[in-house]
Amino acid sequence: MQWNSASEFFAMGGYALYVWGSFGLTAAVVLVETLLIRSQRQELLRSLRTEFLSERTSS
Amino acid sequence: MSSQDIHWFKFASPQNFYRLAGRMWPLFATLAAILAAIGLWISFFVAPTDAQQGEGYRIIFVHVPASQMSMFIYLVMAGWAGFGLAFNTRLSGMMASALAPTGALFAFLSLVTGSLWGKPMWGAWWVWDARLTSELILLFLYLGFLALQSSIDDPRRADKACAVLALVGVVNVPIIYFSVKWWNTLHQGASMSLTKSPTMAAAMLWGMLIMVVAFWMYTIAVTLARVRNIILDRERHTEWVKHAVE
Repeated sequence: MQWNSASEFFAMGGYALYVWGSFGLTAAVVLVETLLIRSQRQELLRSLRTEFLSERTSS
Repeated sequence: MSSQDIHWFKFASPQNFYRLAGRMWPLFATLAAILAAIGLWISFFVAPTDAQQGEGYRIIFVHVPASQMSMFIYLVMAGWAGFGLAFNTRLSGMMASALAPTGALFAFLSLVTGSLWGKPMWGAWWVWDARLTSELILLFLYLGFLALQSSIDDPRRADKACAVLALVGVVNVPIIYFSVKWWNTLHQGASMSLTKSPTMAAAMLWGMLIMVVAFWMYTIAVTLARVRNIILDRERHTEWVKHAVE
């Protein structure tokens, strides 16, 4: 291991902004994409259920 | 038709694929999480400091996988689109549509992480270099695909128009890949090669390979999860969706 302390780890040899910026952005994109797919699914299921429910009550 | 043929095409129907994808995506998501954890550990704690770039080179562990996926997803997307055009299968267009947003995100990540790497190493956020410019065109191709799709109301017609766009755009992928050989670029050459022995430390290479596989698993998981949404939406007037939802 090449880190003597936690602060040295977070400093990334002076490249903190670039290294943490890259990893942080990637993590954020992954998080947002998965949450979007989940909310899309919930929204879809809700609209389908109300659609089918109204069909059944009207017929 | 022999029984084997029937078996082979079973999952080509959206109804069966919906169920298969529902069983498969959690598996790929779990694999992605495990591999990403191992890959990140190697990225930060096992891979040594680079002799020239110090700790700044660690961006490679997200930049290379994101760039590779952005190109590979395009090829797979165009493959599905071409298959759909040739055989008029419904699922193909849905798969192409499910891949496009993830491909666009990886192209975006490739450009931004590359920019964050370029600034400290080259002294510039952006240069009009062949590699960078062709990757930017890839992002525009993805955005064009998504825009074209949302502009056509009939999904089957949208699939066909998008398939043509995707196939024409394929020409850009080898241009990106070989740009570092064909032109004098500021961008460095290939980090991974099948024909040459690796020039970097084994831990760096392993970290990168594991991250690439993790990104693969992630892509498969989100594509399967997204295609389920697309299938439900497009098949909303069928009986099986009614049963599946209730």
